[in-house]
Amino acid sequence: MDTYEPPIFELSSPGKYGANVPDLDVPRAELPDDLLRQDDLAGFPELSEPEVIRHYTRISQRNFSIDTGMYPLGSCTMKYNPKLNEEAARMPGFAQAHPLQAEELSQGALRLMYELQADLATISGFDAVSLQPAAGAQGEFTGILAFHAYHLDRGDTDRVEVLVPDAAHGTNPATAAMVGLKVIEVASDERGNVDLADLKRKLSPRTVGLMLTNPNTLGLFEEHIVEVARLVHEAGGLVYGDGANFNAILGIVQPGAMGFDFMHYNLHKTFTTPHGGGGPGSGAVGCTAELAPFLPGPLVNRTADGDYAFITPEKSIGRMKAFHGNFGMLVRAWTYIRSMGAAGLRKVSETAVLNANYIRTQLDDIYPPAVDRICMHETVLKGQIAGATGIRTLDIAKRLIDYGFHPPTVYFPLIVPEALMIEPTETESKQMIDAFIQAMRSIAREAVEQPELLLAAPTKAPVRRLDEVRAARQPVLRYDADKFAKLRDSE
Amino acid sequence: MSHYISITDADRAEMLDAIGVDSITALFTDVPEHLRFPQLDIPAPLSEPELMRELHRLHNTNASAQTHSLFLGAGAYNHFVPAAVDQILRRSEYYTAYTPYQPEISQGTLQAIFEYQSLICRLTGMEVANASHYDGGTAIAEAAIMALNVVRNRRKIVVARGVNPQYRAVLRTYLQGLDVEIVGDERPGASINDALAQVDADTCALIVQSPDFLGRLHDLRGLAEQVHAAGALLIVHFDPIALALFQPPAEADADIAVAEGQPLGLGLNFGGPYLGIFTTRQKYVHKIAGRLVGVTKDLDGKIAYTLTLRAREQDIRRERATSNICTNQGLMALASTVYLSLLGRQGLRKVAEVGYHRAHYAAAQIGQIPGYVVHADQPFFREFVVQCPRPAAAINAALRERGIIGGYDLAADEPQLGHAMLLCVTEMNSKSEIDELTAALRALV
Repeated sequence: MDTYEPPIFELSSPGKYGANVPDLDVPRAELPDDLLRQDDLAGFPELSEPEVIRHYTRISQRNFSIDTGMYPLGSCTMKYNPKLNEEAARMPGFAQAHPLQAEELSQGALRLMYELQADLATISGFDAVSLQPAAGAQGEFTGILAFHAYHLDRGDTDRVEVLVPDAAHGTNPATAAMVGLKVIEVASDERGNVDLADLKRKLSPRTVGLMLTNPNTLGLFEEHIVEVARLVHEAGGLVYGDGANFNAILGIVQPGAMGFDFMHYNLHKTFTTPHGGGGPGSGAVGCTAELAPFLPGPLVNRTADGDYAFITPEKSIGRMKAFHGNFGMLVRAWTYIRSMGAAGLRKVSETAVLNANYIRTQLDDIYPPAVDRICMHETVLKGQIAGATGIRTLDIAKRLIDYGFHPPTVYFPLIVPEALMIEPTETESKQMIDAFIQAMRSIAREAVEQPELLLAAPTKAPVRRLDEVRAARQPVLRYDADKFAKLRDSE
Repeated sequence: MSHYISITDADRAEMLDAIGVDSITALFTDVPEHLRFPQLDIPAPLSEPELMRELHRLHNTNASAQTHSLFLGAGAYNHFVPAAVDQILRRSEYYTAYTPYQPEISQGTLQAIFEYQSLICRLTGMEVANASHYDGGTAIAEAAIMALNVVRNRRKIVVARGVNPQYRAVLRTYLQGLDVEIVGDERPGASINDALAQVDADTCALIVQSPDFLGRLHDLRGLAEQVHAAGALLIVHFDPIALALFQPPAEADADIAVAEGQPLGLGLNFGGPYLGIFTTRQKYVHKIAGRLVGVTKDLDGKIAYTLTLRAREQDIRRERATSNICTNQGLMALASTVYLSLLGRQGLRKVAEVGYHRAHYAAAQIGQIPGYVVHADQPFFREFVVQCPRPAAAINAALRERGIIGGYDLAADEPQLGHAMLLCVTEMNSKSEIDELTAALRALV
């Protein structure tokens, strides 16, 4: 079945509309003629409600999603998004509450935020939490701004270098640069840990801190974490935790206890809020008591008489965004934590780690592991299949689509050649994981015997591989009837 | 076991055996032993019915647009959200999908974002829109950072007082590490011209907002010329609903135009998730942060969409990237796309018109009450300043007793206005609601 659906602009016909707006019931006021729009919204779509619904339903069917298949996407924690969470966030007292309405009219929302702050602090072993950052990258930005402010507050003005491991997510160095700081890369050792000798060489009185993901992006637990944190602290620096991989250690170990000073949580990874095709996320942050005065405001506090109120910490770095964070995501995360409890959260991480190690041991005879160690919630393998020539990781990834799976994260971390980063999460069943393993093994055979199947893949998706060069060289970033006609004619 | 976990005890035993370890704890030997398996003191888990009861208790203690008449705006607006918008957002194919890095199986998300970019370009008249920022405030901050990268070697940003104070705060947070001076908004009541007077040879951009924080519409034509003459860029924060009736930012020759997209079908959500709309000129496309979707063809010559010009982004450029944005507000961009498609040419105009006329009706009615002074000397869209006979906080407390959430108290932000509030009226406030507000205010003199 050809599922192609034209752009909405090509479905429009004059005179239609798809929403039932209230009628005018007051006298018309004068309009300022010189400020009026002149084009009467020419070129805007005109469709009925059923037409709009069919259009967006049809194109939705051209998407892969968690609810339609397994997403072994390393570093992204694509786990099931509970349906109860969706109902909770849509309750009118949450969904239709105004962010600036009086605190006495918002006690339910504030209590929920207060409890989520407390739960996240407990789970991670921190003293304070701010729910304001909108995404993990904004959480990182918050943390490095707070580190910078902390050092300046102590009169420590020479600290301008942020240490980042070579395996780090791209957001880490980009974040340091946004704060106007210099990025110093730290090497990994052969077991996938931070290279302690290199770390010692690079720590100095100029060090703001170290940004570290633990488990790291190789899916490995940092074996010398306590030592790493001690070294950074001895140099007067602070340790930032990228919480992207927090799903591995809920109830297993607390970042605060390991020596982290500040960390962001990706509520859209670990705490099941949906990814939404790219967002919205939530990058709440937790930190030690020492850094708490620098958190972005407002936070929710509980007053002596038991009411909940917003407060801004005394040395706050300021607001990260308007209002109080991606509140709808906070409702979902609160609901998830209440569904799971402490034992349930530990079971989440135990199962996520079990599933990843099972995949690792069922595939490492044909896909060499980046580092041969017990992994945490994800495993990094190499798409280097013995006897397969001219086949790259990209081809393996695309062939997985034909088997009904979303490809793993590929070519990351950058220090692993032909990397395939696989994270099954705890919500997949053994049957599904076995099917994935079988698919990976079949693809390895095909890579040797029928490489053309991989090179041509995918053939069962709504479209085949794309001409990315054309997209970048002749960018068409908005609908244009002539350009679409030309694209169609150039077949 | 939890109902969200799909591995049984039998599975686990089999899998541990295959891995070659005898217990789950053997998988965690890399974790320092003295730190392993802490007791987490969080509330005991609840079943779904118990949790639903708890959630009902919590949400019922909040006021909302459903329990109260709402005349509060100040950056979050109570507009009509057609039921059809949420029905699309509830489709698992959209909300449980990942970022569309694999275009062959992400054409739904990609086409929707492409249509979003196209609709935003049509609405604003601008040439390029990206796939979203977090909200209006962060869009302004990212616009300022982009301007610093377009106009090199200048270290001053001028921002007009009329820009939402929360956005100005976000701007200052974002730029605090970059050795940039932010000026123009120090004096209460300062105008766009006052800000313009501070644009000089070290200025990289002027940021203005229309309708501004106090609801006033500004004629921005001619402003860009003066800003450009100084070698700086003009950044305009607009309101997407107001654009159905009033000058789009392209007509003001804005270099970057941004907005809070929440009015486009997103609901209030106690402040988020919202939508940062970001647009600019084609010639700056390589300077824009965030994701962009373009159109191309697949191997069979079929039209297909893909993320493009990716070399700008943090995962490729790392410390040379100008923004660290990764996750954006994708699903909210979808909501606004469905909203704009449903409302269409006629509906969008009607929403803007009904809101405009009701806001003016409310202003006229309140202006007739002795003791209240309505600021209506300048054109406004859906918000206006009312000076009250008593502190706004006291007026609002009294309105609350009548089931009305009054305006935004301006005492902290614009103290020179005295007992002033910012009232907001949209197409959701019927004439009878407005008349009740007027009667209540009259009784409070």
